[in-house]
Amino acid sequence: MSSTDLIKTAAVLTDPSSATDVASVGAGLDALETETVERTPLRQVLTGKVLPPLIAIALVLLVWELAFLAHLKRADLLPSPLDVWNSLHDQWLQGTIGSTIWTSLSRGVLGFLISVVIGTPIGLVVAKVKPVRAAIGPILSGLQSIPSVAWVPAAVIWFGLSNATIYAVVLLGAVPSIANGLVAGVDQVQPIYLRAGRTLGATGLRGIWHVLLPAALPGYIAGLKQGWAFSWRSLMAAELIASSPALGLGLGAQLEFSRENLDMSGVLATIILILVVGIGIELLIFNPIERRVLRSRGLLTARR
Amino acid sequence: MTTLLTESSTMVETAVRLDHVTKSFGRSAAAHVVLDDISLNVAPGEFVCLLGASGCGKSTLLNLVAGLDQPTTGTIDVPGGHAALMFQEHALFPWLTAGQNIELALRLRRVPRGERRAEAQRLLELVRLGGAHGKRVHELSGGMRQRVAMARALAQDAKVLLMDEPFAALDAITRDVLHEELIQIWNETGVSVLFVTHNVREAVRLAQRVVLLSSRPGRIAQEWTIDLPQPRRIESSGVADLAVEITDQLRGEIRRHVQH
Repeated sequence: MSSTDLIKTAAVLTDPSSATDVASVGAGLDALETETVERTPLRQVLTGKVLPPLIAIALVLLVWELAFLAHLKRADLLPSPLDVWNSLHDQWLQGTIGSTIWTSLSRGVLGFLISVVIGTPIGLVVAKVKPVRAAIGPILSGLQSIPSVAWVPAAVIWFGLSNATIYAVVLLGAVPSIANGLVAGVDQVQPIYLRAGRTLGATGLRGIWHVLLPAALPGYIAGLKQGWAFSWRSLMAAELIASSPALGLGLGAQLEFSRENLDMSGVLATIILILVVGIGIELLIFNPIERRVLRSRGLLTARR
Repeated sequence: MTTLLTESSTMVETAVRLDHVTKSFGRSAAAHVVLDDISLNVAPGEFVCLLGASGCGKSTLLNLVAGLDQPTTGTIDVPGGHAALMFQEHALFPWLTAGQNIELALRLRRVPRGERRAEAQRLLELVRLGGAHGKRVHELSGGMRQRVAMARALAQDAKVLLMDEPFAALDAITRDVLHEELIQIWNETGVSVLFVTHNVREAVRLAQRVVLLSSRPGRIAQEWTIDLPQPRRIESSGVADLAVEITDQLRGEIRRHVQH
């Protein structure tokens, strides 16, 4: 570029009346200030996220196997990882493993969904209506500190050994947790969004639907996640105590059944199944949803 | 009958009218008066800047005009129906894209579904962000966010645009560009603007009329009509000279509080 070109450009820039000039300066600023967000490469995900838990599991199995080899306890009291694996394998060969998991999982999912339907409006009312909050807010968070297993005797007296007992215990565990999650989510909503919504004409139910609920979504999802954990936990407590042939064989009942037969490998195998299903639902369903919501709001790029 | 109507409509040649507006907070005995007897008219298509130090109740005034709050005494009239409000923070909804933010404003105004997309695109192009429809809020720079916020405010199709220090958080270069764009949009749309700022030069750069408010309580202290031709430059001597004069007045208003 020659020096005369430079001078000409300078002359154009000093002309304030040129609209295209402001536009191009603005476009230049946009280009300068826009960050490009790169996705983490697959290899980094594998080494950073997948490998560490696998190593941890391998270490636990190793310590367990060493304890078994050292004969810390009798073999029927402390079976080896291989014995537990064989127990799982037997269940697989008998074809019972799927139906046992399904019995519990279908109850857990149904109980969770009912809890969402009940807990969401409760949470919304507690969050937005001050007298209601003063009245039942503390009770709602207090309920979370009651172990679900404490509800089982009451539920058995009310409903006998029936599915109603199991669902009652699941609901008492999960509903407060989901409602509390929504309350926390609503409390964390920045007031500016509500003000902006009101100036746009989003008042009343439209304000709740278009502004309040989407703004509270991250907290709500965290509450749902905890609600699932509570559902699953409560379900196991209920199945363990309220076991009856009429109720079918779920994981909790199988745990009790293995204990009665002094089958330690079966007990450990069932505990592992309970853990795997609980974590699996969280990893496969809740975490991807949560990540998507946070990433779309730019809340996930900072921490990696 | 017809003559009567036209007569009355020429009498109501105003976009915003505040008539002896007072606003106090707290119980009547120990009430804290924020705005004291404010009377102000903004003509249709006029650009007015409200200028004042902290405690002059600028934001309270805008909230009143926007209908977010009610005056203690006096009346506020916005003949065009409602006023759109733009904040210092962009206040865009992070769960929506830039375009969806604008479409939500259209939807809440009950614009039919089929027309929203094209209208949102038109508004984005008005703020030079034609390619940003699908961008998330966090993917935009501070200046781009305020432009989307401007487009969303315009989507309300209000005759009056209230702006509460909208550029205060931006760097000087970006702010300069947005000043120029705001003036262009104001020229194109003919909207009335009531713009609150504590930046004297910004007020002189933009407004046809600058209204200086005193602090605690907020009262109208003085007014200037600015007839410098647009587009102005914030660093020009005309803007600077008037800014010096207004700043001296503003400092005088602030100094009055030393005794208290």
